[in-house]
Amino acid sequence: MSDITKQSLTELVENIKDKKLSSTEVTKAFIDRSEKSKELNAYITEDFTSALDKAKKFDQKPNLDLKLPGIPMAVKDLFCTKDVKTTAGSKILNNFVPTYESTVTDNIWREGAILIGKLNCDEFAMGSSNETSFFGNVQNPIDKDLVPGGSSGGSASAVAGQLTPITIGTDTGGSIRQPASFTGTVGLKPTYGSCSRYGIVAFASSLDQAGPMAQNVKDCALLQEVISTYDPKDSTSIDFKRNQYSKELTNNIKGKKIGIPKEYRVDGMPKEIEDLWQKGIQYVKDCGAETIDISLPHTSYALPTYYIVAPAEASSNLARYDGVKYGFRAKGENLIDMYEKTRSEGFGAEVQRRIMIGTYVLSSGYYDAYYLKAQKVRKLIKNDFDEAYKKVDAILTPSTPSSAFKIGEKTNDPVSMYLNDIFTVPVNLAGLPGISIPAGHDSKGYPLGLQIIGKAFDEQNILNIAFAMEEKINFKNKISNWWIK
Amino acid sequence: MSKKNSEYLINRKDNQYEVVIGLEVHAQVLSESKLFSTSATKFGAEPNTQVSLVDAAFPGMLPVINEFCVKQAIKTGIGLNAKINKRSVFDRKNYFYADLPQGYQISQFKDPIVGEGKVILDMPYGQKEVGIERLHLEQDAGKSIHDLDPQNTFVDLNRSGVALMEIVSKPDLRSPDEVSVYIKKLRSIMRYLGTCDGNMQEGSLRADVNVSVRAKGSKEFGTRCEIKNVNSIKFMQMAIEYEANRQVDLIEEGKSIDQETRLFDTKKNETRSMRSKEDAHDYRYFPDPDLLPLEVSDEFVKELKNNIPELPDDKKKRFIDEFKLSPYEATILVSDIDTAKYFEEVIAKMGKNKDIKLAVNWITGELFAVLNNKNLEISQSPVSAKNLAILVNLIKNGTISGKIAKTVFELMLDGDKDPQKIVKEKELKQQSDPKAIEALIDKIINDNREKAIEYKQGKEKLFGFFVGQAMKASGGKANPQLINEILKKKLQ
Repeated sequence: MSDITKQSLTELVENIKDKKLSSTEVTKAFIDRSEKSKELNAYITEDFTSALDKAKKFDQKPNLDLKLPGIPMAVKDLFCTKDVKTTAGSKILNNFVPTYESTVTDNIWREGAILIGKLNCDEFAMGSSNETSFFGNVQNPIDKDLVPGGSSGGSASAVAGQLTPITIGTDTGGSIRQPASFTGTVGLKPTYGSCSRYGIVAFASSLDQAGPMAQNVKDCALLQEVISTYDPKDSTSIDFKRNQYSKELTNNIKGKKIGIPKEYRVDGMPKEIEDLWQKGIQYVKDCGAETIDISLPHTSYALPTYYIVAPAEASSNLARYDGVKYGFRAKGENLIDMYEKTRSEGFGAEVQRRIMIGTYVLSSGYYDAYYLKAQKVRKLIKNDFDEAYKKVDAILTPSTPSSAFKIGEKTNDPVSMYLNDIFTVPVNLAGLPGISIPAGHDSKGYPLGLQIIGKAFDEQNILNIAFAMEEKINFKNKISNWWIK
Repeated sequence: MSKKNSEYLINRKDNQYEVVIGLEVHAQVLSESKLFSTSATKFGAEPNTQVSLVDAAFPGMLPVINEFCVKQAIKTGIGLNAKINKRSVFDRKNYFYADLPQGYQISQFKDPIVGEGKVILDMPYGQKEVGIERLHLEQDAGKSIHDLDPQNTFVDLNRSGVALMEIVSKPDLRSPDEVSVYIKKLRSIMRYLGTCDGNMQEGSLRADVNVSVRAKGSKEFGTRCEIKNVNSIKFMQMAIEYEANRQVDLIEEGKSIDQETRLFDTKKNETRSMRSKEDAHDYRYFPDPDLLPLEVSDEFVKELKNNIPELPDDKKKRFIDEFKLSPYEATILVSDIDTAKYFEEVIAKMGKNKDIKLAVNWITGELFAVLNNKNLEISQSPVSAKNLAILVNLIKNGTISGKIAKTVFELMLDGDKDPQKIVKEKELKQQSDPKAIEALIDKIINDNREKAIEYKQGKEKLFGFFVGQAMKASGGKANPQLINEILKKKLQ
């Protein structure tokens, strides 16, 4: 089968279960395509040899009851993987090999999947274009010199470019949904507390959440079913009744009430985005759902709030990278000198910028004005959603205010880069689930996404709405294989 | 309750100064495992053998609260008559140091687990109440070892993440003696509760000491200095004395005192500036987003309250009421839980017709002297409570005299021997047959006729001579009371 890599996860699982394909065949196909796709720079670490061994082993004694039987999978390099280098896209962890496995990846391997490599990302997940990675920027399979979004840029590129059938990313302010939108793929940020943070290199602990990135909604639901477990090793993990998301998936959303928040109609938003949104509204109506205009009055404060809370937590979370215990260490005259050199040389510019912002907003004298106030606004933002959900079951918005941009276009303008997350950030601040699905193309032929935001723990509902819309939209990603010579 | 203060004053030519002291005591929680990880906490283990990935702050590792440590902190709070806060918050205290793997210490800043409480001190001048400001839970750091290598510092993370209780007093202490009694009282309460072993040599109990001075009678507080990390009561007292005098000297010279953090140099017996207020760290405290606020239910606290053992103050009251001890004796016996346990066991083993006063004298006299000499804790006593009880009973029922008892006690030290056996084997049983003693005394009077006459003529001092002779003749075994009675009769 030459078209193995074109198959969705669901198809591959069926084919392996029906013994039409072996794990070795599937794994080899994705490795071969990955080998030919070096120009995308999607991988930081390849683990191909070991993956093939595991696939062969799987085929010798295949357990076909598993949910991901013998499925090869590359994952974002923010997940700690036992005995496989984990860098978080940073020089400071360039040589770091964990002796432990993150809960989310552990859940994946338990269901039979096989690690084929670690995917590029913005350094410590700080970025919206994958340009802050120490390992270089990632190409978007949609077009040459186009960013794939970030921070899960390598993950998005690998799924869209069919280097992996499915993957996982992490989303702190939009890091799954924005790259999904830029690459014509599906990305789900689950409810905060749904997926364990144990073993994920932390960026901003109160916002970080792992989630699936896939070719379609059904694949996404299946992976969510695998990765979402209660984990006592993460004190913020929540013990709630999790659905069998893929089994319970339905396109029947008749009578669902979908909120359309007026505050998401921001100044300077391209008409293409507005048109896409209107199309989305029509699609949900076509599916039998009802749309209701709603207000989320504190939306405009979300981005500044996020850029206080996230850097504050990051400045503290990243203090452990000090050259003392593991990772990169620069030579210094004394302890302080070693710290300064290690962290100056080990962290890139964007990470240093956020550490400085975070340190500043937590300093005595500024704490009340920034961090404390941001926490209060965060509560107001959450209240907005709570109010809205008294009237609606889910909320529909664009995923991003624009389509993918060119590499280098925004690197010198951090604020314009930050504005990319304007529609995704409120969801993280409120701890809610959100999914981005591809919904159309702009005039350049670049994909555009729509976001469905759900109530807390209501992943099934937004997956269902996405599933129903997906059918109506019938989106086809335009992948020309331009990078394969 | 009277709130008397000692008259510990620092005198200069025309002025008298009062010393104001507040303590931040760091007490290691008695727990098998650390505050946020499952690593062991045993003292003296090989370096870096009790370190988990969480303690060493590996990427992606997360803290999970140890419920046992929470219980220990609440129990301590109950022991300090303090308010238990049903909701408390863990904060990060951010600073860089080689033995602080996370780059922050998880502590409690705004919302501690325990609020205001109080402790009663028994001072020679009466009881004194010392206010407790708060108690919070926090992680210990690791240990930097600077003297193993000329170039490098070594780090031992065994202590990293060990649970500490920081107990902050109000500035209610007024002298080094009060500090000593306060620390001993805290230690005593925590040992009764089993929440801290109070072992100062192993660093389980140490304190930051805040000292300021003010003119006698003044109501305003002076500028305080904080002396960091003092690990013995003696050093605390020395540091306070030095520091208070230093501050008084500055005032006398017309200089001002800078608020600063100081270190106590135990070799030179002086405090030295460590950092000024301007150089003080900005710890950038904020709630730890890896941990949810800690919430405890009323039932949880009630359950712990119901299982609090009798604490020193109550025990003391009971000892006075039940055993008719003097407050002084009771204070000594309850000060340490093991002493109290020993005493109560002796009392229990003595049976019905017991002489409690005699038992108290033997414990606080002979036994304490032996323990002191041999540098032993009462839990390591060479004489068991059971055998001491038997010995006291032997005195009480007249089997042996108090004097012989001392000989028996000496022999008991070797292997906790049964005093009854010793008495039997060494034939030390008291001579209580009046006829035999009478014969013995007749002989002595006969042999010392002249002295007997002198006595009868009024030289009463000689009575002791005859007692001594009679004792000697009986090999010390004669019942001294009988000797007295018979001698008096015979010498009339």
